[in-house]
Amino acid sequence: MTVTEDAAAVAPAKEVGQPRRRKEDARLITGRTTWTDNMVLPGMLHLAVVRSPVAHARITAVDVSAAQQAPNVVAVFTGRDLAEEQGSIPCAWPVTPDMVNPGHPSIAVDQVNHVGEAVAIVVGRSKAAATDAVELVDVDYDLLPPVLDLEEAVADGSGLVHDQLASNTSYHFVFDAGDAGTGADTEQAFADAEVVVSRRFVQQRLIPAFMEPRSVVVQPQGENYTMWSATQVPHVLRVMAAMVTGIPEHKLRVIAPDVGGGFGGKLQVNPEEILCLLLARRLGKPVKWTETRSESLMAAHHGRGQVQFIDIASDRQGNVKGLRVRLLADMGAYLRLITPGVPALGAFMFPGIYKFPAYRFECDGVFTNKVPTDAYRGAGRPEATFAVERIMDELAVELGMDPLELRRKNWIQADEFPFTTVAGLEYDSGDYEQATREALELLGYDELRAEQKRRRESGDPVQLGIGFSTFTEMCGLAPSRVLGSLSYGAGGWESASIRMLPTGKVEVVTGSTPHGQGHETAWSQLVADQLGVPFEDVEVLHGDTAISPRGMDTYGSRSLVVGGTAVVKAAEKVVAKARKVAAHLLEASEDDLEFADGKFAVRGTPGATVGIQEIALAVFAAHNYPEDIEPSIDAEATFDPVNFSFPHGTHLCAMEVDTDTGMVKIRKYACVDDVGTIVNPLIVEGQIHGGLAQGIAQALYEEAVYDADGNLTTGSFVDYLVPTAADLPHFDTATTVHAAPGNPIGAKGVGEAGCIASTPAVVNAALDAVRHLGVSDILMPLTPERVWRAIRTGGDGGARATAGTNAYGGAQTESTAGVATPASELGGDR
Amino acid sequence: MIPAPFAYERPTTVDEALQAIAAGGEDVKILAGGQSLIPVMRLRLAAPETVVDLTRVTELRGVREEGDVLVIGAMTTHHDVITDPLIAQHAPLIAEATETVADRQVRHRGTFGGALAHADPAGDLPAVALALDAEFVLAGPNGRRTVGASDFFVDYLTTALEEGELLVEIRVPKLTGSWGVRYEKFNRVAQAWSIVAVAAAVRRENGHIAEARIGLTNMGPTPLRARATEAALAGAAVTAEAIADAARSAAEGTSPSSDLNAQADYREHLAQVLTRRAVSAAAGL
Repeated sequence: MTVTEDAAAVAPAKEVGQPRRRKEDARLITGRTTWTDNMVLPGMLHLAVVRSPVAHARITAVDVSAAQQAPNVVAVFTGRDLAEEQGSIPCAWPVTPDMVNPGHPSIAVDQVNHVGEAVAIVVGRSKAAATDAVELVDVDYDLLPPVLDLEEAVADGSGLVHDQLASNTSYHFVFDAGDAGTGADTEQAFADAEVVVSRRFVQQRLIPAFMEPRSVVVQPQGENYTMWSATQVPHVLRVMAAMVTGIPEHKLRVIAPDVGGGFGGKLQVNPEEILCLLLARRLGKPVKWTETRSESLMAAHHGRGQVQFIDIASDRQGNVKGLRVRLLADMGAYLRLITPGVPALGAFMFPGIYKFPAYRFECDGVFTNKVPTDAYRGAGRPEATFAVERIMDELAVELGMDPLELRRKNWIQADEFPFTTVAGLEYDSGDYEQATREALELLGYDELRAEQKRRRESGDPVQLGIGFSTFTEMCGLAPSRVLGSLSYGAGGWESASIRMLPTGKVEVVTGSTPHGQGHETAWSQLVADQLGVPFEDVEVLHGDTAISPRGMDTYGSRSLVVGGTAVVKAAEKVVAKARKVAAHLLEASEDDLEFADGKFAVRGTPGATVGIQEIALAVFAAHNYPEDIEPSIDAEATFDPVNFSFPHGTHLCAMEVDTDTGMVKIRKYACVDDVGTIVNPLIVEGQIHGGLAQGIAQALYEEAVYDADGNLTTGSFVDYLVPTAADLPHFDTATTVHAAPGNPIGAKGVGEAGCIASTPAVVNAALDAVRHLGVSDILMPLTPERVWRAIRTGGDGGARATAGTNAYGGAQTESTAGVATPASELGGDR
Repeated sequence: MIPAPFAYERPTTVDEALQAIAAGGEDVKILAGGQSLIPVMRLRLAAPETVVDLTRVTELRGVREEGDVLVIGAMTTHHDVITDPLIAQHAPLIAEATETVADRQVRHRGTFGGALAHADPAGDLPAVALALDAEFVLAGPNGRRTVGASDFFVDYLTTALEEGELLVEIRVPKLTGSWGVRYEKFNRVAQAWSIVAVAAAVRRENGHIAEARIGLTNMGPTPLRARATEAALAGAAVTAEAIADAARSAAEGTSPSSDLNAQADYREHLAQVLTRRAVSAAAGL
């Protein structure tokens, strides 16, 4: 932006665009705040959950007598004790009318369907007392064969996860562009195509691994209940918990205090949240439950988990003609809040940034004896982006084309926006060529290509590869009408209100509940500009249904786009209300007033001004205000977007592969993202970095591994490898800005970009390094062993051994403690 | 996770520690730096009756010389090992390997003796102690005895320490002559245990390799020596070819496990590659 007006030199700098340090960080980083587990209430009891050590079994007996006798144990409950009142964990997204939902008990009654499922709850006077008694609960299991593999689960003759159902398939969801009228006939496109490339990709299961474990406190007060929970979605949770437990919604207050991360993993109505409510009601005492890290890895929902069959059609010149996607999506044992919807959300993103004339998507949601899947950073879109960016590389190889040239040939041009895709989405704005050009420069593309050539020619044991990911995603979830058309059980609007305090300070109430994103800072910047008040004069209130009664919370890169817009709209209403008071106080016509930098001024009358903060005091005193208004300039607004927003970017990864050991190492990573107008560049940079770390982690490090018995062998951070800064490269990042036309801020959303874009760039880079050695695919995560095997013997690197490492004494899952079954006798001495 | 209840003793001398161990009942665990014991107790994989905490036994800390031998107190922390001038001079392989152990916080609490007594085959220090022919001094109710490294490591997480005994110091022969050393560690993320690692010490004489000692980490239930490679290297020329030839037998006699980081055949391959690299570096190539 070029500043040309002289006036800009004297006006206060705009807050939007400033790299403000986050106002919440000091208290979050130093722990001077209330995390849920810090809550201590008089008479509070502590819950510890006895969890199933087996993946699939009938419960034949539960003996709690020894646990009941243990010191400082108040009570022990089994599933049978709570069967009549526990209802079912809700699923808000029946993606097809005939979707099969077997129901999801919070605590197992007759049958367990995954390792880690709750089978009993010990209530103790201290956490230690409850934990000690867990080992005294004796459960007898009659083992059933576990259903673990997606492809086997849908094969004829497979055992059933739920034997009352006809199959393991929950639903069959289809989007066909030909039927929808957004594209040509897909079968015909493939029949006519000169080139068809088909691949099977696997999206491994991932664990959200948020920093703060889940924690719940419930306080009963007569008929009323207050729940504190480390949740992303206090508003959604309140509605759902009321419906499940029968506690009337107006008698239930839900508070998400400061929450330490979620990544979708806390977008849930958790069994433990329901159990805390039920037991607080039963006992009439406050209760607390806080999970251990092992419980979190085992029992909180996982993400991803898909087998993808992708076909792409093109002509010999590389003009794409069609895309066909068939998915098997792992639901796990039950349907949680949006379990079935995650792959369906991805359905619309498989075409990526390319102009496919024909497209068909089919997905089977499949039950397995594993913990349910649900939202995880990107939720459907990383899976889609991975598939299309990987298959474009495969097509380029088949055609003998440069992968970037193939992309260029097919992507939407800058002058074609708004562009309606074959999936029926209207992409709002962007310039893929510009982002790509800048990313190539950031990476030093030509030099690295030259080095790659040298290494290849000299037969260097360390080979170099470069991978592309030219991605887009749909953010700003979501237009309520679109959600309705997809059978989602709620809207996608957001609410905000602004309270002008007598001293001129400002309280902003937002329905977007942060869990580490920096809403308090960004919202303050928005309001400072809108109202012309100092950044420091703004306080942002959130996360308490009594303070912020309306909201749809934080997920899907929606907060700034939808929630931020609601804040801006509320601020516009405040200014409009204040204008009437200003006109009255200045004895001028409203039409003659100008509002700038927090002051109303009478046009052409120097010195006749009144500040909006003064007006706040004036309406508080209410001694002198217009007769036809109420004495308040507070306002609220609800914003429901008309369209999604579509951030995009080009991510480039240069990867070194040690062909002797299979070790891969990112040499350089460059990305240029377009997330629309940037409110706070520091927050945007942080979101990109964190997203990249998680996306790279899917490519290289993380996988929830189950053994043949259905035990989670990545049951601690010894085996579930979350990379740290020490394992990641420097990131060269930059942005282009094409404002989103769908909201007044112009923001598109940045929360998931890095996570969605990076995974295929990393895998494409590794493959580019070793493709000349006969390697065309490697399963994620790209462990050194898999890379080595792929180089040595071809294939995709193959299955890993499932056993956890013996380091640490073989600490795998703690679920087996106190419960002895043949299947639970893993390694380690227990 | 909260550990199961246990009794706790914190002696200040070795004698007091031995008494506490003797009086501690059936299942006594000795707490050195706690970097392995506390996590397994929190996971309730271990539930000792008594924990004897050695952190106040100051006589067990520090490094001293006794003629041709370096004596390292069992309670010397990894951090103190890394920064100790005597170790830097006479046993640099120990310092190099210790720098790769876990992360900075762990290295400030974890101890040399604790890591050896824990005898985790994926731990880095047992293979180094084995390669350097270290001796272990064990104190017990009936006095002290000394056990060589090859006899100390008995099985997975099992050493020659008898009930009632305490590892008090480790005696490491100084490397004299023109030795080069190298610890080659292979893992997936920075703070993780070794998938495989190789500790090599190579003495050069008259342009040839006079002697090589090679310790293997995580190639079996105990640390191992790559004896076949050592034999092949004795008297070999200092060339890439000779070292590569010798390294091909590095996995002979090993019995590595299969887990989600590596199956056994891949570990055997890694042992060969890492041995070649470690010996090459130690030989100055």
